[in-house]
This record gives sequence, structure tokens and C-alpha cells, in this order.
Amino acid sequence: MTILTLIEHEQGIIDPQTLSMLTAARGLAQEQDLPLHAVLIGANVSGLAAELGEYGVTAVHMIEQDALADFAPNAWAACVVEVMGAEKPTAVIGAGTERSNEVMAHVGARTDLPFAANCLTIQPEDDAWFVKRVRWGGTLHEEARLYGDPKLLTIAALGIEPEPSSSGAPEIISVTPNLSDADLLVRVVSRIEPERKGISLTDAPVVVSGGRGVGSAEGFVILEELAGLLEGAVGCSRVVTNNGWRPHAEQIGQTGTRVAPELYIACGISGASQHMSGCSGAKHILTINSDSEAAILAKSDTAVIGDLHEIIPAVIAEIRKKTA
Amino acid sequence: MDILVCIKRVPVTGAKVTLTADEQAIDAGYLSFAPGPHEECAIEEAVQIAKKHGGRSTALTLGPDTAVEQLRYAASMGVDDLILLETDEEFPPMPTARAITAAIQAQERPFDVLLFGNESADAGGYQVGIRVAHALGMPVVTGVKKLEFADGADGGTTVATAHRQTPDGWELYEVPLPAVFTIKEGINVPRYPSIPGKLKAKKKPIQRITPEMGAVGLEKVRLVVPEAEASDVNILGHGAAAAPQVVELLAELGLV
Amino acid sequence: MSELPQKAKVVVIGAGIVGNSIVYHLAKLGWEDMVLIDKGPLPNPGGSTGHASNFLFLATHAKEFAELTMDSVRLYKELGVFTECGGIEVARTEERLEEFRRLMGSSKKWGIESHYVTPAEVKEMVPFINEETIVGGFYTPGVGVVDSLQAGTLMREYGEEKGVLQSFPNVEVMDIETEDGAVKAVVTDKGTIETEYVVIAAGVWSPRIAKMAGATIPLTPQVHQMISVGPIDILSETDGEIGYPIIRDMDTFMYERQSGGDMEVGSYAHRAILIHPDDIPSIEEAEMSPTELPFTEEDFEPQFEHSLEIMPDILGDETAGIRHAINGLLSLTPDGYPLLGETVEVKKLWSAAAIWIKEGPGTGRLIAEWMTYGESEIDAHHSDVSRFSNYARGEYHSDQRTAEAFIKTYGIVHPREQWESNRNVRVSPFYHMEKELGAVFFETAGWERPQWYASNEKLLAEYGDKVMDRPNEWDSRWWSPIINAEHLAMRERVGMVDLTALSIFDIKGSGAVEYMEKMAMAKMDVAIGRGVYTPILTPKGGFKSDLTILRLGKTHYRVITGGADGPRDMKWFSNHLPGDDSVYMVDMTSAYCTIGVWGPKARDLMQSVTKADMSNEAFPYGWTKKIRIDGVEVLAFRISYVGELGWEIYIPMEYGLGIGKKLWEAGQEFGVVPVGIGVYGTTGRLEKGYRLMSAELDADYSPVEAGLARPKVKKADFIGKEGYLKAREEGPTAVLCTLTVEDHTSKSGVKRYLQGGEPILTLDGETIKDAKGRYSYATSAGDGPSLGKQVLLAYLPLQYAKIGEKLYVEYMAENYPVTVRSIDSTPVFDPSNERMKG
Repeated sequence: MTILTLIEHEQGIIDPQTLSMLTAARGLAQEQDLPLHAVLIGANVSGLAAELGEYGVTAVHMIEQDALADFAPNAWAACVVEVMGAEKPTAVIGAGTERSNEVMAHVGARTDLPFAANCLTIQPEDDAWFVKRVRWGGTLHEEARLYGDPKLLTIAALGIEPEPSSSGAPEIISVTPNLSDADLLVRVVSRIEPERKGISLTDAPVVVSGGRGVGSAEGFVILEELAGLLEGAVGCSRVVTNNGWRPHAEQIGQTGTRVAPELYIACGISGASQHMSGCSGAKHILTINSDSEAAILAKSDTAVIGDLHEIIPAVIAEIRKKTA
Repeated sequence: MDILVCIKRVPVTGAKVTLTADEQAIDAGYLSFAPGPHEECAIEEAVQIAKKHGGRSTALTLGPDTAVEQLRYAASMGVDDLILLETDEEFPPMPTARAITAAIQAQERPFDVLLFGNESADAGGYQVGIRVAHALGMPVVTGVKKLEFADGADGGTTVATAHRQTPDGWELYEVPLPAVFTIKEGINVPRYPSIPGKLKAKKKPIQRITPEMGAVGLEKVRLVVPEAEASDVNILGHGAAAAPQVVELLAELGLV
Repeated sequence: MSELPQKAKVVVIGAGIVGNSIVYHLAKLGWEDMVLIDKGPLPNPGGSTGHASNFLFLATHAKEFAELTMDSVRLYKELGVFTECGGIEVARTEERLEEFRRLMGSSKKWGIESHYVTPAEVKEMVPFINEETIVGGFYTPGVGVVDSLQAGTLMREYGEEKGVLQSFPNVEVMDIETEDGAVKAVVTDKGTIETEYVVIAAGVWSPRIAKMAGATIPLTPQVHQMISVGPIDILSETDGEIGYPIIRDMDTFMYERQSGGDMEVGSYAHRAILIHPDDIPSIEEAEMSPTELPFTEEDFEPQFEHSLEIMPDILGDETAGIRHAINGLLSLTPDGYPLLGETVEVKKLWSAAAIWIKEGPGTGRLIAEWMTYGESEIDAHHSDVSRFSNYARGEYHSDQRTAEAFIKTYGIVHPREQWESNRNVRVSPFYHMEKELGAVFFETAGWERPQWYASNEKLLAEYGDKVMDRPNEWDSRWWSPIINAEHLAMRERVGMVDLTALSIFDIKGSGAVEYMEKMAMAKMDVAIGRGVYTPILTPKGGFKSDLTILRLGKTHYRVITGGADGPRDMKWFSNHLPGDDSVYMVDMTSAYCTIGVWGPKARDLMQSVTKADMSNEAFPYGWTKKIRIDGVEVLAFRISYVGELGWEIYIPMEYGLGIGKKLWEAGQEFGVVPVGIGVYGTTGRLEKGYRLMSAELDADYSPVEAGLARPKVKKADFIGKEGYLKAREEGPTAVLCTLTVEDHTSKSGVKRYLQGGEPILTLDGETIKDAKGRYSYATSAGDGPSLGKQVLLAYLPLQYAKIGEKLYVEYMAENYPVTVRSIDSTPVFDPSNERMKG
């Protein structure tokens, strides 16, 4: 009886959201008086085990194979199922990321168990667990009962601050699953570097984002300039991509990219829930909008009311003056 | 190459979402319905694949009789055949996957390519496409934003190359057909239906199947509108005159 | 942005095209201290202005609409937001071509340039039209499109720059406070503004806001569907917003209007979709905007096919997608006219609602003038919000009528066409008697009135050709030759006419005489028992109303006016009551039913049922008397609107049926016939040249021109006196004449009969315009069975106003010869009124 967690990592670094998930899962394990275990999958990943210990993991089920050097969701799921067979966990938990959701869905399919993605709160009960989970990209929440044994779920981890705990080094349990060709069929066979130079949208400390109010593709020139000055990236709302003013890769929102920068500057964006679910992780939202009643204001920290085509050039000039 | 695209009828929401009195659904009194944004792109992709590689495209949805609207929308974009798994109940992911699997197995012709949205716009379960793939013994690639097909070296099995976008660029996956792909918005720009498209869609027959719910697995109790944080926005100023205050803020945040 | 002020002279609610135009014109007229609020953002607050198709077609049958649209075009042009592109209304049917012929007559009488065009000519102007679907077109070069949001912004900015207006977006009205029946303050979510005037220009939300003050603005928001299809190459190639004339495909109730590279296809063909003001989503709840609701495709399905028929090349292009589709909301009213003026219930609370883009700026001017001067240059008689009887001011009537009206938006509506919905609301005590006699009921102000009686069909044989039967279907629609037979029988024997629909109100009190003198053009301090017909004038001396006033006592008058005019007249009279209790007014409409007994045998009949002396000596013309019939006291008034000897009998409602039966039974001996309103309102009236309010009489013409000037001007001061004196001094520019049609035979040999509204032409076929720019047309037309000819009333410039003058009248694209028979109020039939006064 354990709480088993799925560890996501890339290029030797544990995904920050996995650490957030571990923080939450640790609390759950303590409440249930259960040990916190982890499944660590890849090639050359043993170095990550120590850090897992810092987050309260007492045992790491380690699967190291060359074939798993790159992400292979179905094979990862086969590994998790293998560990489940041995450990009979009470619950298997991942972070609410694209990859972990995918792996957990495979686990659910392989075991014919239900799976609840992106849970916000978890209340273990005797049979079904009572969870609150994200719907509509966060616009709505759903309270639901999750059945099955073990419970399969992911935790919407973006808002959780990762907190280490003072546990010691975890026990390492090597697992050698028998992966078939079919398990390994779907895996990354090659990669293409991004065409775009400069800072990526998800990493940028500042995102200058434009909506319908920008008015045209040409209107984004001043947003690009401001983003350049602040060493940030340009984002946009769905209306903008639908109008063909910007590529979809820059779209922030439920069906685009989710960002959590230090500062999100929303220019001419009304604040539809579709969009807000993509930028609600920002530390500070500055809105520039001509409508002082726009829905986005309620979700902003600061705002300037007026025409963005006048305000942004004035801000650019002011920055230049200050930094000159 | 025969393609199936699975879509879901969801309301198109405004800035404020209100729930029905029983807290089971969004009050759609003022709203229209559409396939989810990922699925709209999946429809476009299905139509383009069928056109480029030959074959028929089929749209399938699970939902009430009114979901015919979304099937006809798909048809007006160019989809050939329509299947409705008709139910007034809301199916959780597992029963949905079972119903779709059964419907696919009941078709006379097998599909080469099965397209889903990466996740539904409303429930966001991230799993139906994957579950169907397992049930049918097919490989599945999720989050696809580019999809290409090439005949295998021996002229046999067609191989698909699926591109998935990550913060660091693109990951490429290669899978033989038949296969399942879950599509993300941005893979294409879905067309607006034309008037002739609408008229053709009106006349399409619809295959209706009554699905079985079975064990639910994940049972919705109710929906909740998250409490909005109190609006304590600090208005820095009006118009261009507020530029110094903006730069002051940037300095405070350590950005200039 | 500054704080909402605590006080203002006027608060205008709604910053769409109407509200902006009102503040603009009020600013021009010198108003200050104005506040304009809207609950949405600026410049597009989310009302109907924001999604309007923004085109203005000019041709219309209705004078008020023509005037408001032409004034709006002028204003849009002044603001630089009008693009002339021309407009073609196309016909798919012969019936519609005939309607175009009628519309051409209307264009001529309002001075609008229009041309008939062949399918080939349409094709030349609009190369992508399938000319094989159409049989002809009606081209109006002056049709154009506007930028209504820009127009609103410019007008608002004028007031702001002049320093007389503050505008506040995102302010929602929560309440309107009143005191002593007048506006006191507007309560909003951002504070309360004390104010003297409030104008509700809130479009589809207007009823909801009026309700806050306890007032009514009877409109129902309804859906109009519109899709936008593109990109279309041939359209993208034109310069700017629009390069091709707008097509109105009238027989499918659709339009196709270029908007840049897209073609907007709109429909008025679908089922009526009513959305009550409280059911309109908020800005936050709405997917697009509050007045752009989700498109219901099933309602548009036939329109897809129709649009492909008419523009197959561009709308059938599979690469042109439906990029935008809405169920747009617009305001419909029970009778199709806007809702303008001070509300009935609350003083200084004004309504400026149910106005479309093509009337917006002109309506703003109208309201501003009306608020400033008490009247406007363009007479808002039909649009006056006070026109509705009480029953018609609520949602129920509005819902039923607007649901019925929607499909008439592009329909061919016969001038006599009757409503089907919400009928039998008000019936007289004689209703069942009338029904048994086969009455065909027409409605006015909710009242069911017999237009003619099927039981009189036997009279047709009696009068033969004299009934002037109409071989053409359109001419005879909503008409029967029985009307003319009833007319002839009445003139020979005696007829009974149900006049219960008349509106009646009493004026009493110590100040009644003085008050009545102020209100009426005719002398009111007359002998007790006298009845006086009088014009009621506007401040500048135009017609506000015309009605009959009975002096029943020293300080007691009874005012009798038309059923449909009653509510408007009562509003006018009540607004002018002195502020103290010296005069008061009581609506007596529900207290009395009325029967007209007229004809050579009327005296015999009346004398047979009463002991009162009904002789000419004892009961002369123009006097009233209380008489008893079977012991029941009734008021008899010797008067006639049909030119015959007789009385109007006013009977307390509950005695009505008994007295009605008594008269009917007694009348058998004298050959009494039941006579419908067809005679009373048209044939009898026109033979006598009697003027009808809103047909002959409106604020555009003076009593002098209408031939209603009195020999002397009374000493007492009265509303409009100055203007009246001036009009007398200046003399008329045109005078109201009576004409007769000399030959009804059309080119095809079929006899055609006019319906009213037809332009009068010179013998050269030219339209006739007076020095004030007013065109001559038949203000009324109807049969004169006793003359054997149709009779027309028309204002003619003095050079044509000569007895015997020969002219033409144009009807359905053919000219018919007419002759001027009278140039004043002298009737053509029985000029010396011997029959009436004998």
C-alpha cells in the first residue's frame, strides 16, 4: 500500500510541476499514513533519485533502459503498470501536464481503470474518492467521485509552490519490465529545433500579449518592440490567430499555450475565460485596455485605461529615456 | 485512406459562465454550440487527408439529438459520412471510449486514421482517444500539430509522421496505420463552411446508434464556478500620460 | 474619467445612433448640462446599432418614414459617413412588379428618384446576379450605406466639445425616480443623477428602463438573421466598403449587401423570434454581443437556397465561407412605427425607441425639436408613443402584433390589410347583433367595427352598376361593393352606424371654459347644448388634431374624437391642464356606446322611439339634447359625418343593447340598413369632403390650407394662434381640393380604382410640388357612389387649385384623368348641406 507518483523529467531535470505534484502527493500520503513512492523512467536517470528523496519520496522504482532514452508514453505506461502489479498502490498520481496526463491515460486504458485528470483537491473516502478537478481550462471546476482501485489521477500543479521536506535518501528499487515492440512503437524518433530564435513563450519573464483591440497584424509591431525591450516574448489571444494576424504558436489560452511569467501585459484583450486560463499563472497582470469595464480588469493587478496604440509607444519612449 | 474524426458538442462561452440550477451544466440559454476548437481542426485535417490521399471521411459524435448540428457542421466542412451515438446522458471518459470503440467495430469498413481532439473543451479528460486506441490495438500520438503520410518502404503499410510541439521545438513520431491521433488547434486553419457546403450537409444521412453507458468510473457530482478573486486592480492612469507609472512598475518588478 | 455628476438638465440613456443624435441636436438647440450614459462601452455599447447592416433604402409608402429617412441621409452626409451605392429592389413575381408600380407612386410623392429596371439592366449594374431569377427591378440611385458608429461618435463629440455634454460608458441604470408624475432622478450603479428630463434611447432595452419609472414603451425585440460570406474576389477588387448596388430580393424577403470582400445576406423570411428585454444577455454573458445572439441555422435554411438562386456565382463558390452569422436583435412595434415622444405615464420621461439606422439621425432631430418647441418639423403623429390605448401598451399586445408583423417587413402589405392577432379586444354592446347581420369587422384601437354587412348583399342587385364593383383583385382586396350599396341605401332611406369606438373624454371644473378656449381654435364659450367641430393646433399652428366638442354645462365639456386618436388627444389635453384643480379630465370612452342614425328617414325613425320633439325647429343641426328612449336617457347630437339628416346617440354602455335593438326594430318600417365604417369613414365622408386627421390634416399644413379657417379669429388666446394668424396673413401655398376621377379605364380595358396616396400629375405627366417643397398626392381616395365617380382629396398649389382644372392621377404606372371639383371645404355632394340641415 503506497502512493505511487509518476516522475516527469527532461534533459536531466525534474519537471517543476512534478515537484509541485510531489508536494501535494506527500501531504496526501501523510494524511493516509502511506509511504510515498515514485516511478522514474528513462536512460541515465539514477541521478534524479536523490532529489526525489528531498521531496519526501521514500522509494524510487527505477526503470533504466536505453530504449527509454526519449519519451515513449505507452512504454512509460507499461512501466507504471508493472510497478503497480508489484506494489499494489492505493493511488497512482502524476502532474497535470500534457505528458503525465498522456501516460496516465495509457495506464488507465491498459488497466481498464478510470482516470481523473487535473485534480485540484483530493478527499480519499472508503470506496470512491471525492475530487475537484479542472474543467473548461479552469473556467469551471467539477466535483466528482473517482472509482477504481488504485485511483489514477493527475494533480493540477501550476499553482502549488514546490516544498522540499527533510526525508533521507530513498530506497532504490530497480524494475526491469519486459517492453514489447508495440509498447515502444510510439516514441520520439527525431526532433526539430524551433524556427524562432530568442526566448520561448513559456520561459519568457515578460509576455506582451495582444487581443482584438490591436486591430491588425501591423498593430503588433509596437508589441514586438516592447517585448524586445523587456527581453520578453509576444503572445496573443485566439481572436488574433483566428484572424491570421499571428501564428498559433503564440496563442495563449485553453487551446494554446499556458504561460506563467513574472509579468503579463494584456493589450486590448477582453478577458474571455478561454484566454485567461492560459495566463492565470502570471505573477503580475498589467492590462492596457480602452474599456474600463473589460472583464480582464477583474483579473489584473494593474491597468492603464486608454488606446493601446497611444500608450505602448509612450511606454517604449519612457523606457528608452530611462535606460539611455 | 478512410478517416474517422470524433467530435464533441460544447457551448461557446462568453466572458462570464453561469450554471444551470442543478449545477450539472453550463446555462447555454444565450450560447451557441460548436465542436471544440481542437476538434474543429481535426475535422479540417480529416477533410484535407481524404482529399489528398483519397478515401472517405466520417464524423462521429456522442451526444443528444441536437449534436446533429455539429455533425452537419462537419459535413458542411466536407466530411462525407456522419455517425451519432445518441444519448441525453453525459458520458464520462471510459463509457465514451467504450461506445466509440463499439461503434467503430460495428462499421463495415475499417478506418485507417482516427482523429480526436487532444482534450475536450469542456470535460478536459485527456484520455478518450488513448482508450479507443488501446481497445482497437492501435498506436496513438497525442497533441499533434502536423501530420504527414508516406507509403512504407515495401509499398505496404502507410506510415504517418506526427509532429508534436514542445517548448523546445518539435518532437516527431512515426507510426504505421491504422493509428489514432489526437489533434491540437494550430495544425491548420479550419475553413468556414460555404453555402453549397451547408446545403449538401443538410441532405446527408446520419447513422444513429444508441450507446450503452456501463460502469462510469468517474462520476460527476456537480460543477462549480470558481470564486473570482476580488477585483482590486490598481488603475495606473489613463492614456499615454500613464507611461511613467508603467515604467515605474517595470522597475519595481526588476524588469528594466 | 470624471465622476458621474449629481445633477443634470437631461439624462439620455443609450449611446446608439439615436441617443447620440438626440444629444447632438439638443446641443445645437442650445441645451446644456446634458449627460449621456450607456451600460456598454463606447463607441459600440453592444446595442442594435453595433451590428446593423447600415444601409438606407429610401422608397416607402409612409410619409413619416420617408421624411425621417431623407433627413437622416442629409445628416449622415453632413457628417461625412454616407456612401452612395444605389439600391435595387428586385422582383421574382408579377405581384411584386405591381407593388413596384405602387412604390413608384410613393417615391414620386416624396420626391425620391427611382427607376424601373429590366433584368438585363440589373445585370449590368450587378454582374454576379442571376438575371433569370428576376422579372424586374426598382432602382433607387440615392440608396447608400453609412458608418453609424462613427456618426454616433461624431455627434456625441460635438456636444462634448461644446462643453454641454458629458458621456459615461459602463453605467447601468438601476431605477428612475419620479415625483408627482414627473421624472426626478436616474439611479445608476455609479451614482444617482437628479435631472429634469430623461430620454430613453435604449433600443431593445427601452421597455425595461421605462418600466423602472412606471411607464410603458411597447416594443418587442426580435431576431433578424444575417450571414456574411467571403472572401469573394469580385467584391475584394472594388475600392472601399461597397462598390455594387445593394440588392433586396423582395419576394424571398432577403437582401444581399456588399461589405468589403464579403457579401452580407440578411433575411426577414424566418419565423418571428421574440426575445424579451429581460431575456437579453448581459455583455459578460453574451458570446458576441447582447444583441448578436447565436445563429439558429434551421431558420435560415431556405435562405441558403434562395441566395444561391440569385447570386450563384459568388455565393455558390465553395471557397467563400460563412464567416459570421448572427441572430441580430432589432426593435419591432405593434404597428411598425417608432415610439417617440413623452411617455403617457410620466412627464418629462421621453421615449426614442424602435428606430432603425435609416431613421436614426433624423429622429434625434425630431425628438430634440419636440423637447425644445413642443413640436417638431417632421410631424411624429404616427410615431407618437402616446398613440396606444391602454390595453396595447403592455407586452402582450406587442408580442402578438410584432410576431405577426415580422414577416411583413419585406411583404406586400395592402393599405387596408387587417391584423389577425389579438382581435376582439374591445367590442360594443351591438357586437352580437352585428355578427348575426354578417358584419365583416375591421379593427381600430382594439375595437371591432363592422366595415360592411354581408346581410346587405341583397342591396347589390337593387343598385346594380351604381355600386362601382372593382374587377381588379388588388383594388377590391379588403373591400366589398356592399359598402357602396349601404351608402346608397342610407342616402335613400336610413342607416344605423355603430360608432362605439369613438374616444370620449369630459372636461369639467371652474376653469373649464378658459382651458377649452386655450386648447381649441374654434370658440368654446358657446351656448350650453352646442356641439362644435374644431381644429386643435400645434404651438406653430399646424394640426395636432381635429375633433368635436360638446358644451354640456356651464363648466362641462365633452370631447369626442376618433378611436385611434383618443389616447394621443387625451395626452395632449392632459398635458395642458392647469396645474391646480380648477380643471379636470375624465376618460368616458368606456361609459358610452354610440349609434349614428342617418338618412332621409332618420327623423321619422327617431320620432317613432321617443316623445322628445325631433323636429328641425326643436332640435336644430349642431345641437345636443337629452332624450329618452324606452325611458332610458341618452344624449342625442344632431351632426353627421356622412352628410345626412340624423343624430349620434350616446347611450350609457349597459343600456346599449336594448336601445340598439329598439332602434333596429323600429327602423324596419323605414327600411333601415345596417351601415358599416366603409361608408362612414370613406364614401360618405369623401362625398362631403370631410378631412381626416393624419390623412389630410397634419402639422405640415395650416388650417388655412386645409380649408378649415374660420371667417373670424376668436378673441381668446389659444395654442397655435400666432401661427394661425400668420398663416391667414400669408395665405395658403397649397389648398386642399376635392377632385373626381373622370375615367377609370386602364390601358388593358379593366377599370381600376384608387386606394389613396397616389401622386397627382400635370397633364404633361410631371409631379406637382408647391413652393414649400410639398408634393401633391391623393391624401384620401374613395368611391362616391352618389356621384358615380371616385373622389380624391389632394393639396394643390394655387395655380392648379381651380375648379374644373384637369390633371392626372398616377395609379400603378398609369395616368387617369381627374378634375378639380372643389377648392375649399364645400362638398361635391350636396354642396349646400340641405340634406343634413333639413
